[in-house]
Amino acid sequence: MATKVVSNLKEAIELAKVTDGMSISFHHHLRNGDHVLNMVMDELAAMGVKNLTVNASAVFDVHAPLIDHIKNGVVTKLCVNYMSKGIGTHICKGIMDTPVEFRSHGQRPADIENGRTPIDVAFIAAPTSDTMGNCTGKMGKSRFGSIGYAMADAMNAKTVIVITDNLVEYPLTCASITEDYVDYVVAVDEIGDPNGIMSGTTAQTRDPVRLRMAQTAVKCIEASGLLKDGMSFQTGAGGATMAAAMYLKDVMLEKGVVGSYIVGGISTASVDLQKAGCFRALQDVQSFDLGAAADLLENPNHIEVSGRRYSSSIGKSSCMNNLDVAMLGATEIDVDFNVNVHTDSNGIIMGGSGGHTDIAEICNMAVVIAPLFRNRLPIVLDHVTTVSTKGENIDVLITESGIAVNPRRQDLKEKFIAAGLNVKDIHELKAMAEKICGVPQPAPKGDKIVGEVFGHWGEHVDYIYSVPDKE
Amino acid sequence: MLFIPGANPKQIMFAATMGADSVIFDLEDSVSPLEKDSARILVRNILSTLDFSAIEIIVRVNSLNSPYWQADLDEIVPLKPAIIMTPKSETPDDIKTFAAYIEQVEEKHGIEKGSVKIMPLIETALGIENAFLIGKSSERVVALFLGAEDYSADLQCKRTKEGNEIDYARKRIVNAARACGVEVYDTPFTDAHDDEGIWADAAYAKSLGFTGKSSISPRHVDAINISFSPSQAEIDYAYEVIAAIAEGKAKGQGVVALKGKMIDAPVVLRAERTIAAAEQLGLGRK
Repeated sequence: MATKVVSNLKEAIELAKVTDGMSISFHHHLRNGDHVLNMVMDELAAMGVKNLTVNASAVFDVHAPLIDHIKNGVVTKLCVNYMSKGIGTHICKGIMDTPVEFRSHGQRPADIENGRTPIDVAFIAAPTSDTMGNCTGKMGKSRFGSIGYAMADAMNAKTVIVITDNLVEYPLTCASITEDYVDYVVAVDEIGDPNGIMSGTTAQTRDPVRLRMAQTAVKCIEASGLLKDGMSFQTGAGGATMAAAMYLKDVMLEKGVVGSYIVGGISTASVDLQKAGCFRALQDVQSFDLGAAADLLENPNHIEVSGRRYSSSIGKSSCMNNLDVAMLGATEIDVDFNVNVHTDSNGIIMGGSGGHTDIAEICNMAVVIAPLFRNRLPIVLDHVTTVSTKGENIDVLITESGIAVNPRRQDLKEKFIAAGLNVKDIHELKAMAEKICGVPQPAPKGDKIVGEVFGHWGEHVDYIYSVPDKE
Repeated sequence: MLFIPGANPKQIMFAATMGADSVIFDLEDSVSPLEKDSARILVRNILSTLDFSAIEIIVRVNSLNSPYWQADLDEIVPLKPAIIMTPKSETPDDIKTFAAYIEQVEEKHGIEKGSVKIMPLIETALGIENAFLIGKSSERVVALFLGAEDYSADLQCKRTKEGNEIDYARKRIVNAARACGVEVYDTPFTDAHDDEGIWADAAYAKSLGFTGKSSISPRHVDAINISFSPSQAEIDYAYEVIAAIAEGKAKGQGVVALKGKMIDAPVVLRAERTIAAAEQLGLGRK
């Protein structure tokens, strides 16, 4: 029987003919437990390859060895949708000559497909693969659920290498990425550390401030008139947004409303809503926890979607086109409703758009949930440090001390006031925070551009600058 | 009524946003002796900085047998909180001692005499027996408050979730408060992680006649608010009672009945109270 299995990673890299200046790609479904990116980069460095572009849907602190590969000239360009602070701190010191390109989860597959960021070799970590490269994230000891962000890489890269720690007989019957896209298969001991891949349980937050904001969010959904049969919903992994899902379940059951779908990163909380009959389906681009991953395997109404189908502008439509309500987070938000999820208040990279920008751009009501201040820093500012998502796309800000509605959405404002909700002008919320925390000095900005943020349509949104060393 | 530990800056900052009608800033049991002064300063500063206009401010000061109570009142009374909660209130003299000192501070700061009220926290066997006298001890007393933790310790029994051990105290304090014409508030439900048990506990307290209930957990505020607010059915019935009475008067009827039941004076009084509470809470007739 034919097989694509090669003896080791080095052989696969040699067969793929990775040479100086190429673009290679990775997905981030193994999150902070990923071994594959480091494994591949160490091998490439040992082989003496230089000047590579690494296009990874996200990089985490576990990828710290990347810093040395950058300093040694192995990697000279990064394209990511998200970067954790451990890596971002180094990038903000200006260690790269080319700025890091930050895209949204939707724009990354679009730019891979349209040739703006072509991929030469895609390295796809797969918790289970058969000998011909039919692979999935839904089973195996390193399972992570949906492998949605890797699908564009598989379909568009010139060469595709699947790396697995659970090689099974051909054919794997529940493949997410299929053999017609795959060139080589490599079996390794471990593609990741299960402890870093996902949490076993996602505990419901008990923080009263977050719970209060979550309750308010659900009241806003009710008041908006969108809480009706066929409603679609997106929620993130943050404490307040997950709690909103819990309160939403109570209200939907009480009113007998059956929604259409929940989309995005899917958690056990989303699964609970679907199982309770509140939503017909789950569209899963990334499974946040083991409960969600297990459900993806078993539940026919829980479907795996690619990043392209999830939120890309290049497809004929995406899950975003029918999205009614989304709950989003923010590191900072300004009085024009621009949101920063890329940098902290000192300007250091500690995140990225992920789906934020795509969701806000398209969905009917984009709600940002954030407290008025965190650790003595006001969240509402005159100007955000970095614009991640443009204010014109954010409809509502919910804080524990009041709700601000974008002046573009007078309709929502009127509905919220009529429902007796605590609506305030965003300037008033800013003043409340400053009364307690004072007015923060803007963080000092370096001269060097270290990152560029692109929006949902691939347009330039903002630059990220180096952060000067503290004297 | 939500208890907020006076030495916890984060909780203090967000106290106004938790949905409670009253916030009790605590300088007593939740604050260790080493932090008494810092808690006092923190509460003082927050009361003079934040806008609590929609919320009733209560401050629990330290007890008479502590070295802190006068310093507490020196700092807090000038900020004109609505109410001072006096812990370990056992006799009318305890309240008179607090009231006299509050009056001194009011005078010193040019505050109208009697503007700061007192809510005695009754939390001993002797206090329960003296509840009526405590309620009558000063014009400043606006409500009595049951503290079940110290009370059950004083009884030398275990404090349970079911609360049989405090049943006598609950009924006694409600009766005493009503006899004095003041309000009466129930002890907190102290299992902060039991989000279900609070409902039964609050419903029972309401059934005994308590005006409201306190909480040490912000997560219990909604259950208390809902339990103590009139239900839509109660509000609707109250309006029907008032309408039936008006109609009866117009027809010159001596006795008015609604759905086959005679409406007498207590029924009308209860209906009027329900409507007043509903209006205060912004609840309307459906």
